[in-house]
Amino acid sequence: MSLSLESSLKADRGQQFRRGIRDGIPIFIGYFAVSFAFGIQAADSSLTAFQAGLMSLLNLTSAGQLAGVQVIAAAGSYLEMVLVQFVINLRYLLMATALSQKMAPDLPTGPRLKIAYGVTDEIFGVSILKKGYLHPFYSYGLIFISTIGWVGGTVMGAGAGKILPGPVLAALGIALYGMFIAIVIPPAKRDHAVLFAVLAAMALSSVFQFAPVLKTISPGVRIMVITVLVSAFCALVWPRGGEDA
Amino acid sequence: MHNIYLYILLMAAVTYLIRALPLTLIRRELTNPFLKSFIYYVPYTTLAAMTFPAILFSTGELVTAAAGFAAAVVLAYRNRSLMTVAAGAVCGVLAADLLLRFLVR
Repeated sequence: MSLSLESSLKADRGQQFRRGIRDGIPIFIGYFAVSFAFGIQAADSSLTAFQAGLMSLLNLTSAGQLAGVQVIAAAGSYLEMVLVQFVINLRYLLMATALSQKMAPDLPTGPRLKIAYGVTDEIFGVSILKKGYLHPFYSYGLIFISTIGWVGGTVMGAGAGKILPGPVLAALGIALYGMFIAIVIPPAKRDHAVLFAVLAAMALSSVFQFAPVLKTISPGVRIMVITVLVSAFCALVWPRGGEDA
Repeated sequence: MHNIYLYILLMAAVTYLIRALPLTLIRRELTNPFLKSFIYYVPYTTLAAMTFPAILFSTGELVTAAAGFAAAVVLAYRNRSLMTVAAGAVCGVLAADLLLRFLVR
């Protein structure tokens, strides 16, 4: 690391950290609400509040944790868990690759390993919009506030979710899916290949849910198989150019 | 009987490796066009397959879940934020639930 970069990074650590926290407040609120719903679902699958909170602290990912709880509830194998997490979280590979382009080339491995902890759809979305190289302490602030929301919501949902009235509790079960719809639909509107990917995945998933024999396949494997099939098909039919892929 | 902590640790290890490897190892852009394209589509296919039809069973009542689903689709189509769409889906479910109770009674 060059001397000038090192001194400039040290100079405004606190300021960058606070800026990260400020930009992360909307993520904090959103994560709290969504992880509250996740905590309720985890408790329904007989996880304790501690186990659910630990899962949130160590994973910090909505889709992967929801699928993980589904695997646990179905008593799936450890291998299935590994494969499910790998495929579902494969998108972080792309995001982390894109983020690596936003870091000063001489940023050491230490900060990179810390920033890697917080690669999520939302943190990625905020980080990638920043102009210039990412200041590691900005990322730490963003990750810090987001993680508090995610873990805090999970623990409260798992521990105290049951004190909510029944209909409210039932309604919260849809929150995570609502967030996924919000991620998927805007790009599907703009891009017919993404629209096809979304509709094909939903149609195949419905077939797997209801068709004889196929419906005995566990949800984790189902999601994995559909993801690989549809993504590979779309990649062959509509390859992406350098600008968006 | 499986150990829940082992499940959680496996999840965390796989997830962290996926995040950390590109950030530490890949310091230049991916070049394989198929791989790049495949990874591009993954978030959409994964989230779509996870969401549907599972969303229809997420409230324990098909009608209210369908109302929440519809609310989410409309809000997302109007490019509302993640939080607004998630909250809108919950409100859609609650509204349908209230309406249902009113009509049945």
